Amino acid sequence: MSPHVSSPRVGGKGRRRSLAGQVERFLPRLVVAPSLAVALFFVYGYMLWTFVLSLTDSRMLPQYDFVGFAQYARLFANERWNVAATNLVVFGGLFIVSCLVIGLLLAIFLDQRIRQEGALRTIYLYPMALSLIVTGVVWRWLLNPGLGIQALVRSWGFEDFTFNWLVDSDMAIYTLVIAAVWQASGFVMALFLAGLRGIDDSLFQAAALDGASLPRIYLRIVLPSLRPVVFSAVMILAHIAIKSFDLVMALTGGGPGYATDLPATFMYAHTFTRGQIGLGSASAIMMLCGVLAILVPYLYSELRGQRNG
Amino acid sequence: MKTIHALAAGALLATAVGQAQAAQIEVLHWWTSGGEAKAANLLKEKLEAKGHTWKDFAVAGGAGDSAMTVLKSRAISGNPPAVAQIKGPLIQEWGEMGFLGNIDKAAEADGWDDFLPQEIAAYDKVDGHYAAVPVNIHRINWIWANPEVLKASGVEEVPQTWDAFFEAADKIREAGYIPLAHGGQPWQDATVFEVVMMGIGGGDFYRKAFVELDPEALTSDTMIESLETFKKLRGTMDDNIAGRDWNIATSMVINGKAAMQIMGDWAKGEFTAAGMTPGEDYECVAPPMTEHMFSYNTDSLAMFDVDDAGQQQAQLDLASLVLSPDFQASFNQAKGSIPVRLDVPLDDFDACAKASREAFDVAMDEGGLVPSLAHGMAVSDSQQGAVFDVITNFFNDPDMTAETAAERLVSAVRAAE
Repeated sequence: MSPHVSSPRVGGKGRRRSLAGQVERFLPRLVVAPSLAVALFFVYGYMLWTFVLSLTDSRMLPQYDFVGFAQYARLFANERWNVAATNLVVFGGLFIVSCLVIGLLLAIFLDQRIRQEGALRTIYLYPMALSLIVTGVVWRWLLNPGLGIQALVRSWGFEDFTFNWLVDSDMAIYTLVIAAVWQASGFVMALFLAGLRGIDDSLFQAAALDGASLPRIYLRIVLPSLRPVVFSAVMILAHIAIKSFDLVMALTGGGPGYATDLPATFMYAHTFTRGQIGLGSASAIMMLCGVLAILVPYLYSELRGQRNG
Repeated sequence: MKTIHALAAGALLATAVGQAQAAQIEVLHWWTSGGEAKAANLLKEKLEAKGHTWKDFAVAGGAGDSAMTVLKSRAISGNPPAVAQIKGPLIQEWGEMGFLGNIDKAAEADGWDDFLPQEIAAYDKVDGHYAAVPVNIHRINWIWANPEVLKASGVEEVPQTWDAFFEAADKIREAGYIPLAHGGQPWQDATVFEVVMMGIGGGDFYRKAFVELDPEALTSDTMIESLETFKKLRGTMDDNIAGRDWNIATSMVINGKAAMQIMGDWAKGEFTAAGMTPGEDYECVAPPMTEHMFSYNTDSLAMFDVDDAGQQQAQLDLASLVLSPDFQASFNQAKGSIPVRLDVPLDDFDACAKASREAFDVAMDEGGLVPSLAHGMAVSDSQQGAVFDVITNFFNDPDMTAETAAERLVSAVRAAE
């Protein structure tokens, strides 16, 4: 799109065209510029500000007495932060893996040309339409030992049935996994289903002719070709896991005790209600580092793989 | 046409004159639930009767947590409201950062030092000058009991020692009721714990442990005993406490599902709303061993530093309104607390409020008057949060011993310093 291409060719008329060309060239930049500036300022600018704050002794309000990395040292000595970080690994890992497995299985089953597929698809996809707050409240009721599943099964006559994970500090983190998987696996299913539909039928027929069994076809042919879908699904699920806040607030409130605290709830509590902005900012930066540590290598390997293949 | 001009000019003049003395002040508060909102509205009406305009800035939720978050963001952006409800040691923090004004004029004119309890007034002074006005005094150490449930369980009265309490709890449990209604939220856990601890340790110990955060007191045998008693209370509650709000727990006492609840005197509002009378339909009794003690929580309105003379006048007027005997009586009846003015007669108040005032007087003489840590009167936000973390985790983790919890208290408090 350099001016050398357009101007010398058509003389007098070309002037006007080059003016139009100039507008054409600058218009997209002009249109994109404000949103770019806004994104730079509000996303990257505030990231930078948070980092600066994490190096200060800020308590109730931001202030700029720099203390180096002391807040990070305090953060890692903090018992509650360690619980929150461990919880994120447990919750994030189980959540992503369960969603992928359940979503893939549902998609494969739905892909068998069954009747009423549209209706079933909608049913599985619907939880995604709810906000996480609603999901959290509904599951809080379902999992409440005195109201929900436990009370129901006991009322059927199984008096010894216990399902009290919500009030058990060792198990409560798994209730978050249950609710989050319920919410997101339908969406992963839709992603996989779209991927499956994109696979050419002739591949199946060719493999079947060669005598491959159905499970083998899926393992060897279908799954590898779904790799880009897995990539997008992991991206989306990972960021849902790391930024999880509303689900925790609605389902467990971080409790019992702080057994289900996640980094996001830790950050909110310390920055906004406990007057420890420095410590809270340090935890926010650690969350950012966590995201980068997972995503950058993954992005790198995936994108490089695509370029080569 | 001429008359309209004249009228308009007159109106302009009137507003101009009005602005010289009266002004609009914005008031940030979290008095949003039924009785509280009514109480706040009363103050608004009285202020407007003086010609000022009250711009309401109510932020609901979280015992003021949300309101404080909003206040901070407004302060950072250089636009704080003229008046904000702030509590306890936080007033000092705001004052030290230079945000608060000075309302000594109102204090001198009305003689605040003559009728305010010194310990309470100290919270509202920054460097010896009044920067805030106290509104009320809540008592935290109360047991709210349903006498019918107690009677049906064969328990004569609310127990006055912890041994008797656990015995009574067994009887209540056998009769098919829940002995103690509770909500599993950190501040509620901490409320129950501090009530247990102040009874077992007494006023001096409480102050050492929860105001000075003295490591020796925090790991002492008294502390261990308090923690163990507190954990034993878990057995007197039902299984569904997780995340339950305090007023739901209160309604369990009201409906006769549970026998008792340990909660501050704002719980009275729930009983009143259910049409119940204290002494007849429900009882308010001090928890075991705290009869002569008083754990307090006071609300204050802090005055921010404003330049406008009209607004300064409005702040002074508001401050003296808040402490007028009239308003003290009507506001505190609606709110469930007792007047912060010691000279306001309680003739029209209910039996619980009268008992509360008696306990306050006795506690003040005998050293049993203590600031509530669970309600942000004793230590800074971050230390309070650290204590909450340990208490609530200890309460919910069946495997944690009282000794471990005590050690964690010390390290958590130090980390939050």
